[in-house]
Amino acid sequence: MGKTFSKPEALSDAHTHYCPGCTHGIAHRLVAEVIDELGIRGRTVGIAPVGCAVMAYNYFSCDFQEAAHGRAPAMATGMKRVRPDLMVFTYQGDGDLASIGMGEIVHAANRGEKFTTIFINNAIYGMTGGQMAPTTMPGQRATTAPAGRDVEQTGMPIRMCELLSSLATPGYIARQALLRPKYINKAKKSIKQAFEYQMAHKCFTFVELVSTCPTNWGMTPLDSLKWAEDTLLPYYPLGEFKKPE
Amino acid sequence: MQKEVMFAGFGGQGILLSAKLLAYAAMKQGSQVMWIPSYGPEMRGGTAYCTVVVSDRLIGSPIIKNPAHLVAMNRPSLEKFAQVVKPNGVVMINSSLIPVRTNRDDVQELIVPANEIAVSLGSVKCANIVAVSAFAAKSGMVDVDILRECIKSEFASKAKLIPLNMKAFDEGLKIAAAS
Amino acid sequence: MAKVLMKGNEAIGEAAIRAGCLNYFAYPITPQSEVAEYLSKRLPEVNGVFVQGESEVAVGYMIFGAAACGERVMTTSSSPGVSLMSEAISYIAGARCPAVFVNIVRGGPGLGGILPSQGDYFQATKGGGHGDYHMLVMAPDGVQEAVEMTMKAFPLAEKYRGPVMILGDGLIGQMMEPVEFPDDLYVEPTNKDDWATNGMERRGSSTKNIVKSLYLDPATLNNHNLLLKSQYEQMKREEVRFESYNTDTDYELLIVSYGTMSRVCKTAIDNLKAEGLEIGMVRPQTLFPFPEKAIHDAAAKESCKHVVSIEMSMGQMVEDVERSVKGKKEVTWFGQCGGEVPTPEAVMEHIQTLLNQNQ
Repeated sequence: MGKTFSKPEALSDAHTHYCPGCTHGIAHRLVAEVIDELGIRGRTVGIAPVGCAVMAYNYFSCDFQEAAHGRAPAMATGMKRVRPDLMVFTYQGDGDLASIGMGEIVHAANRGEKFTTIFINNAIYGMTGGQMAPTTMPGQRATTAPAGRDVEQTGMPIRMCELLSSLATPGYIARQALLRPKYINKAKKSIKQAFEYQMAHKCFTFVELVSTCPTNWGMTPLDSLKWAEDTLLPYYPLGEFKKPE
Repeated sequence: MQKEVMFAGFGGQGILLSAKLLAYAAMKQGSQVMWIPSYGPEMRGGTAYCTVVVSDRLIGSPIIKNPAHLVAMNRPSLEKFAQVVKPNGVVMINSSLIPVRTNRDDVQELIVPANEIAVSLGSVKCANIVAVSAFAAKSGMVDVDILRECIKSEFASKAKLIPLNMKAFDEGLKIAAAS
Repeated sequence: MAKVLMKGNEAIGEAAIRAGCLNYFAYPITPQSEVAEYLSKRLPEVNGVFVQGESEVAVGYMIFGAAACGERVMTTSSSPGVSLMSEAISYIAGARCPAVFVNIVRGGPGLGGILPSQGDYFQATKGGGHGDYHMLVMAPDGVQEAVEMTMKAFPLAEKYRGPVMILGDGLIGQMMEPVEFPDDLYVEPTNKDDWATNGMERRGSSTKNIVKSLYLDPATLNNHNLLLKSQYEQMKREEVRFESYNTDTDYELLIVSYGTMSRVCKTAIDNLKAEGLEIGMVRPQTLFPFPEKAIHDAAAKESCKHVVSIEMSMGQMVEDVERSVKGKKEVTWFGQCGGEVPTPEAVMEHIQTLLNQNQ
């Protein structure tokens, strides 16, 4: 009997440092599978963020750069402009992308830069230890919002897909989730679609993945999945928000 | 030997261009040259001034407190800069817009009704060419034949403006010769 | 090639192209916007890349991304913009990527002014961003030297795999002088396959390259810093450039001055010479590495009574001059800020005062 399941080539043999129950591993695997399926590992460059995925360069087996907090889209711009033949993806969390890197992502999307952004939204700062993110839900506790997010003081959570979809520049903008197998299958389709558009030099491509953070949410992995489905998905609806003509 | 000239006037009078033409001519004749603009935040209507330094050796300071000569295209420029010109310098006064004089007896005033001449030739816009040619002829700072060629090549992409500017150039020479 | 009359800013843009840099990212700021304007027109003619970024912060990382791919890349800015880019410069130095930064300095701090200044000396030579790093910093005194330094900056950035800065000032950017672009300054880009993230396919390798500045292990980070330090030491041995002016005389006083200010000083020295007074000058062309030995030796000359650092800043380079002179002679500062460049007359007057005090 032949092998029916194996690790994608685009993933390295390194053990990740992610917490038990974290969905980063799933996101990494989906991206790696797409890279394998498209046969592009030799011309792919990933950009690691600052955040939990800061060491993603150890987990993928393609070229990698490491950005400063929030600046991955600017780096990707520099790369794609000088080497349009490279396949470039940024892998960013919600603090990185929607807070400190808001300017970079919006302008890269608006210039229609031909790279792919994988946006991990788990509604909290992970690596720095559970502080409030721009995507933290109203009332959700965080170490910098001990009584829960007060929207009078901090505003409402930012919905990146909706925000980026409002730009007039064509793009591929989708939100999927890593909470159940059925969502994960769709997530992979969106990631593949994004990479395919990039390969065709079509448009800016952006896939948000609603994820969990059991450690900083203070929940078990199972409770995290349920909480995310009950609380995050109603506010962050899944689907393709924008497709190029 | 180093000589400096300051061109000054309103923004829009072609101050920077006439200075640039003079600098081109100096370069073409093999001199060392430096063109130093003043620059400010305003895009329009401010006072524009610009200094051109021409020398037979390496030019030192770009900061010129006392230029050898002055080309004043409007009254505020003359009032501001006439007193800093070195003795024996040429002070070109655009008499179309400047009713006053330097009140100095140690400089050579060159009175040029540049705007009136330019209007009579067909466009006030060539007043700066009248001025730069009159000044160059009077001061001897650059070779006027080289300057003429520089003006032609400056307007090469707008060839229909060349005859007008050549006429302006010749009028400038005449005024200088008559002064 | 015949000389052409060009503004410093435009000449720097053209020099980059002649040096084989076809990638330029920038954000507009006075007094250097002409570089961007010039290159936005010129780069498409040579199939180059021109991007106007959304901020200097972003531009810094566009430079980083492009440099990490192994391509020659440049940006230009002015003081407040360079402050914003300093984050990226620190990352670029940490990640060891070659890139060229041009700072056409204006007055500060804060928004300051838009007129020429040398107030960014500390920022350029002592870091600017966080962490233990240096840039190789060259300071031109005119348009021709700005061209030559820009062309030399790319191979130097590759030699040391780090950021190189051209530190000009508003006057050098704005003024026009006749220039030529020496073809012999063009140097073929180095092969960067051993580190650049240019794609495994491109370099025919099955090993990934990683460009990063993160070293969580303290011993590894220490070693990384030691490696950077050894490069700065190598720069000190191999890249110091300076010009000596009127130093073959028995000068009574030594000026140390750079950039636009040094040209003012040359005129002052010439004028004083005509009056029978000999003044020497050392003009650093590299600010990092600093010509410590040249200044030390010039100050040690017996006839020299005093050393003065003349700057368009409030006494920044004077610290390096003091460090070089090592207490052998008295070192003082003279200068002016805010765009009022000291005139040759002011310099001459100050020198007379100093010499009278030393009688």
